[in-house]
Amino acid sequence: MVKINGESSELAGVNLLDYLNSSGYNPKLIAVEINLEIVPKSAYSGTIFKDGDTVEIVNFVGGG
Amino acid sequence: MIPSKEEMEKSFAARHGAALQKKFSAACVAICGLGGLGSNIALSLARAGIGKLILIDYDRVDVTNLHRQQYKACQVGMFKTDALRENLLEIAPYLEYETHTVMITEDNILSLLENADIVCEAFDKAEAKAMLVNFVLEHYADKYLIAASGMAGIGSANMITTRKITDKFYLCGDGVSDVEKSNGLFSARVTVCAAHEALTVLRILAGEE
Repeated sequence: MVKINGESSELAGVNLLDYLNSSGYNPKLIAVEINLEIVPKSAYSGTIFKDGDTVEIVNFVGGG
Repeated sequence: MIPSKEEMEKSFAARHGAALQKKFSAACVAICGLGGLGSNIALSLARAGIGKLILIDYDRVDVTNLHRQQYKACQVGMFKTDALRENLLEIAPYLEYETHTVMITEDNILSLLENADIVCEAFDKAEAKAMLVNFVLEHYADKYLIAASGMAGIGSANMITTRKITDKFYLCGDGVSDVEKSNGLFSARVTVCAAHEALTVLRILAGEE
């Protein structure tokens, strides 16, 4: 199981960039941490979710 | 006659205790963006006696800023860095204010934020927020980072929260209210979000986080 923003799903083996695209995230407006470590944008396409991963995807909106 | 430095330090200690005052005055906080969020964060932290604030913004005060931001009508046209420093010196004259009238880019981020213990993201554009957060998390993982997302509109202030995302990264706001998809920005609601950021700074320094 992979936990994304608190919710667990069967996503082990899924590519991060594929997941972001299919979920409608704009890579320019987010920050992704896996197991408390930031994933650099350059690494999105080469990152695969592993069983037990805890993922936080922060989506930024404008205003301030 | 304004209060002396000793009188002000005594007053800080009277309000929140000498132990916390020592921690607050030893701290250095960078505020990236001096708009609705940043100018309000700066006011809160200066009033709390944070020893050094690094204030970064390239822009000038516009009449539309007076709606939410801690500037005066007579300051329209001034650089925000200069105007805010002026205002902060009138409120907390003995703290250190380091200003940079520049746009933060990947080329200058490292040097601008080098001496900060805590970084407050206070931009208005979503893309800039993401850029800063990614950069700090990647290159300054040892610093505390507080960012904000979602404070537009006139929805309830109860929707605005502070979430600890990872060990040293906090996110304030409601997470969804985008300025481009709402009926505008309101001072009171933006100030709630700014207060969340400022309070998170104080809580980190106080060892409460």
